[in-house]
Amino acid sequence: MWQLLQIELFKIFRKPRTYISFGAIAAMVLIVQVALKFDGQSYIEFLLGSLKDTLDIPYNTILNGYFVCFVILNLLLIHIPLLIALVAGDEIAGEANMGTLRLLVSKPVSRIQLMLSKFAATVIYTALLLAWMAFLSLVLSIILFGTNDLIVARSNALEVISRNDIMWRYLAAFAYATVALTTVASLAFLLSVFADNSIGPIVSTISIVIVFTILSELQIPLYDRTVKPYLFTSHMLGWKGFFYLKTDAEGISIPGTIENLPAVLKSMAILLTYICLFTGSAMFIFKRKDILS
Amino acid sequence: MKQILILALLTLLSGLNSHAQDASLLVQKVKAKLEKVNDYEATGEMKTNVSFMKVPAAQVKVYFKKPGKIKIKNEKGISLVPKGTVSISLSNLLSGQYQALDGGTDNVNGVAVKVVKLLPLDENGEVVLSKLYIDEKNLLILKAKTTTRESGTNELEMSYGKFAAYALPDKIVFTFNTQDYKLPKGVTFDYDDGSRKKTEATAKESQRGKIEITYSTYLINKGISDDIFK
Repeated sequence: MWQLLQIELFKIFRKPRTYISFGAIAAMVLIVQVALKFDGQSYIEFLLGSLKDTLDIPYNTILNGYFVCFVILNLLLIHIPLLIALVAGDEIAGEANMGTLRLLVSKPVSRIQLMLSKFAATVIYTALLLAWMAFLSLVLSIILFGTNDLIVARSNALEVISRNDIMWRYLAAFAYATVALTTVASLAFLLSVFADNSIGPIVSTISIVIVFTILSELQIPLYDRTVKPYLFTSHMLGWKGFFYLKTDAEGISIPGTIENLPAVLKSMAILLTYICLFTGSAMFIFKRKDILS
Repeated sequence: MKQILILALLTLLSGLNSHAQDASLLVQKVKAKLEKVNDYEATGEMKTNVSFMKVPAAQVKVYFKKPGKIKIKNEKGISLVPKGTVSISLSNLLSGQYQALDGGTDNVNGVAVKVVKLLPLDENGEVVLSKLYIDEKNLLILKAKTTTRESGTNELEMSYGKFAAYALPDKIVFTFNTQDYKLPKGVTFDYDDGSRKKTEATAKESQRGKIEITYSTYLINKGISDDIFK
């Protein structure tokens, strides 16, 4: 199994397209960092709206590494699924397209083992992509902007989190994001089983993510109750739950707490269920598939 | 009959004038007590209670220097301080030209107080009216309500302890007007964890914010650099 995984990882990292994702993330993160370095105050003014008329806003201290990292994650975690689909959608369909799939299944390994090694390689790719993103968005931002308390803007509230209460939240958020993106990877992996070239599963995955994201963000009561709770895209934003704090009776936030931990864990459980469902279905279908290519 | 009326009017006017003089004298006495402090550096814990803000309790330093400089600094983090905090310095409230009027008596936290209204003589100033609730016996201002042109009415409540001799409070509660805060969900991409409706309901409840500072130490008249207030 380990040998199979090594082979699959070799295949992934041999392809130039794999590095497009790493390059794209580096470019996007640097663009945001440069923009905030030179005109971060305008962005903070936009986020805080008319509050500058009532409050003295310490722009210099708000614009710190933790804040920049949150801005980057907020902007990019919606787009990263596209980069994940690029590799995951190619896992089976790519082999079929090159005509190596039939050769592969004729080897003395079970189809389940083959699928497991391919999926594990995809998960490792996803985790590495997120680790790269974490390094650039968190570590590099801290080097460039320093540290201070973190201000998180919600649609109807502002959260201020003490600087010594932040790092564990980021670690939890990145771990959660890995699960969320693995859900997208498993969807692309499933669609990859049905196709003979990788374009179909990649475009289909991207389309599903876009449509579901739009549905998740629409504020229409009909969808809020009926559709949204079941969309995996609604739960992919659960990483933000680690940055929402509980308050005491006086409205003071309590360090070290999460506003609604059961909801975050429920969202994570739903994502894990989707991963099992997509991956299980992919294996079930692949095991019975008549491979002609 | 005409003479009686004039006499009654004069008596009434002299009574009012004597009340105004009493109020003015009381304010002068309080001011004299406050003027013993040229500057101070205080440390304390600040709690912010604004419906749309979730802020942890913060350790802050409050700097004051005559004639009216005041600064609240959170050296270990970020504190969003309301713009009207200049009112938390009582010296600032009593600076400038004003007419003191007797506002009767009242009660603040069980203490009988004299109410004095301060009408600024500068008609174009930011402050329209200040109302002071003064403990006559100890010459301490227990509560102050200030109506401003742009920020509405803010309120300051103080309790005294170790530093009452300098008219410096151990605890202040500053209540001020806030504006509503709203950002499009398409910008914030909020995670809907089911607590959104509760937060919205709370936000509608109050448009008033509150800041509470509990002081632990004061360094009085030790000299403070002007750079701190920049």
